[in-house]
Amino acid sequence: MAIVNKIIHSSVVDGPGNRAAVFLQKCNFKCSYCHNPETIGQCVQCGACVEKCPAKALSLKDGKIVWDEDKCCECDTCIHVCPHMSSPRVKDYTAEQIMEQIAPDLPYIRGITVSGGECTLQRDFLAELFLLAKQQGLSTLIDSNGSYDFSQDAELMNVCDGVMLDVKAFDCDAHKKLTGMSNEQVLKNAVYLAEHGKLEEIRTVIVPDQLPNEDTVFQITKLLKPYLDKKQIRYKIIAYRQFGVRSPYDQIFRTPSSNEMMKYKKIAEDNGFENIILI
Amino acid sequence: MLNITNLKETVESIITNSALTHEQAMIALSDVPLSYVEFFETTNEFRELCEAGCLCRMAEGNVTYQPRYILPDYEKLMREGCKFLRLDPPKNLFEAIQTLEIFYRHVPSVTHYPVYLGSVDKLLEPFMDDENAYKLIKSFLIFLDRSIPDSYCHMNLGPEATRAGEMIVEIETELKNAIPSITLLYDPDITPDDFAEKCVICALNCAKPSFANHKMYRKLYDGAYGIASCYNALPIAGGSFTLSRVVLSRLAERAKDSEHFLEELLPRAVKELCGYIENKIEFLVEKSHFFKSNFLVQEGFVKVENFTGMFGVVGMNECVNTLMEKEHKSDRYGYSEDADQLAIRILEKLQECVNSFESKYCDCTEHHFPLHAQVGIDSDYDISPGARIAIGSELPLHQHLHHCAKVHHFFPSGVGDIFPFDETAKRNPDAILDLIKGGFKEGMQYFSTYSSDSDVIRITGYLVKKSDIAKLDNGIAVPQANAKWGGYYEVKNSKIYERKVRSLNGDR
Repeated sequence: MAIVNKIIHSSVVDGPGNRAAVFLQKCNFKCSYCHNPETIGQCVQCGACVEKCPAKALSLKDGKIVWDEDKCCECDTCIHVCPHMSSPRVKDYTAEQIMEQIAPDLPYIRGITVSGGECTLQRDFLAELFLLAKQQGLSTLIDSNGSYDFSQDAELMNVCDGVMLDVKAFDCDAHKKLTGMSNEQVLKNAVYLAEHGKLEEIRTVIVPDQLPNEDTVFQITKLLKPYLDKKQIRYKIIAYRQFGVRSPYDQIFRTPSSNEMMKYKKIAEDNGFENIILI
Repeated sequence: MLNITNLKETVESIITNSALTHEQAMIALSDVPLSYVEFFETTNEFRELCEAGCLCRMAEGNVTYQPRYILPDYEKLMREGCKFLRLDPPKNLFEAIQTLEIFYRHVPSVTHYPVYLGSVDKLLEPFMDDENAYKLIKSFLIFLDRSIPDSYCHMNLGPEATRAGEMIVEIETELKNAIPSITLLYDPDITPDDFAEKCVICALNCAKPSFANHKMYRKLYDGAYGIASCYNALPIAGGSFTLSRVVLSRLAERAKDSEHFLEELLPRAVKELCGYIENKIEFLVEKSHFFKSNFLVQEGFVKVENFTGMFGVVGMNECVNTLMEKEHKSDRYGYSEDADQLAIRILEKLQECVNSFESKYCDCTEHHFPLHAQVGIDSDYDISPGARIAIGSELPLHQHLHHCAKVHHFFPSGVGDIFPFDETAKRNPDAILDLIKGGFKEGMQYFSTYSSDSDVIRITGYLVKKSDIAKLDNGIAVPQANAKWGGYYEVKNSKIYERKVRSLNGDR
């Protein structure tokens, strides 16, 4: 069983081809630039959102929040008022139930991507879902912040075709400042996954003046350069955008110009990366 | 019938219209007398159904003197040349292109421009060793865009990847012209993914090519088929004599309930329309000059037995909803199993009624008229093309594709749906290809796409530039004939700009 924030039946941005994407609730990083901070926390059933819901789609029954999907107008008031960076609009699903949900999508998708939140926090569900997905001929990708030690989980890696890994900062202090956590495991994972041909993609969000962007792009591409002969690794370099970011960071951060983005692309290219996508 | 005042007004409205080019005015004038004369009898009931808008003659007037859609055997042209036009078989790329350019000028149709240009990749492939190939093909494509000012003209590519096909797609991606329309005859078992992906990228840039389900279409006719005009699948060395249509939504307005519609109104309307189509074909074949003297017939570029008559259908979406309302049900087309079941019953009944009519002609379709999901005409208002779900009521992407697969197979002579994407799809053309592969496996027959930032867009079955529509809005003439006659009014009447754009993260 997992707490699911959202199921997207057709996504062209969560890995190669058309894929189903499942977003799990909860994250152990608290990035200041997160565009969906409501996926970070877990609902504590405090009920703060119930009264504020203009569509009366939320209620408290036996100490638990009940969300009426039909009444919901998706105005996002609940997630804005939530004091716990969570959302009442989540559902519990078993791996079988997820497969039932995406059964009509099977002819049109080549795979499934599980994202978050941080999906490895619900590792057992993930392993079970991927096993079922593999039986349907789907490719299986994890979208992760890299805090989970993949090298110690052969069972999961056997059913996972690849990981799309966030490399938010190469410098450990900068990483801690941004996410609240060290990046030691992230970098270990980058190398482990690349060595085993399972590093599908790395991605870095560029926030000018706030993060050591140039250092991150240079160091991570240099670190992974030896593995590119084995398999090219896609690098998504993403310009920070204000959309969805929580206060006060939305007022502090700025979006980089396309010229700045080209500079980072060039750095990655010089380190041998060929598949670079600027977003 | 002949009313001199009306005639004068019609002529005046054409010759004083500054938004028409000389050629567009000339062609419009040539069509005027055909609505004032009749060469065969029509029944009272037929005329009444036409006046009520339940049946429609598709701007052909009462008579045609050339088949509506002609698909000449261009392979024969390349092999043997053409006596009438004094063309020898081409020996190099320059001659091959010139041969086609000359020949196209002499292929008539309902629009008076050629609606089928052939499988141009295969026609040119034998000559692709030419070091100037890129330059020659580029100028050929520019020539087509400027000299055939009508995007019903349709080029076919594939299913195999060829050097010529790759080059055409590459150059079109760069030119972004509205003309010609292009279809890739697509079979994932034959067409390599990298060529199909190039075609997707081209389509996201300029709304073409579309993708035809080659596995399904190649079984339709004994000989080869081509995709002509909007998306009409017809035999090569033949085509279609004519196209008339039933407007299901208007017919449904007259019904007491769905039984009345299915058992009385529909069979009678079909009988009337089939009789009319047959009379029109008879005149065309027996009396008019085309099948007696035209060089295409005399030299065997087309054969009368390879022509059929198309039975067009529009307004299924509104028809089903109207019938549901009459029965006090809230079911809507695409959104309820009952509504979709009714659509299938209507299509089965249509098929049965149309197939019960035996034509003297139409050998290639066993003397029957194949159903055609007609894309609409400029004056249609609140009538969705064929069996398409109405703009504004689109389903989530996969459900929509699945719905297409349920209805497409009823329309052997052409059907299709359009799925615009926002520009993020350009970064992942594989994803679009996954959708096409899935749709085709499920039974979808024809898929079109374009990107929301593209100037060239698909109206219903043909392409226009949004920038041309903006000019017409200001009364400025543009060269493309069907931008003027079709595109402009369809954008205004059929909410084309409101078609659902499939976005970044797809559908939940």
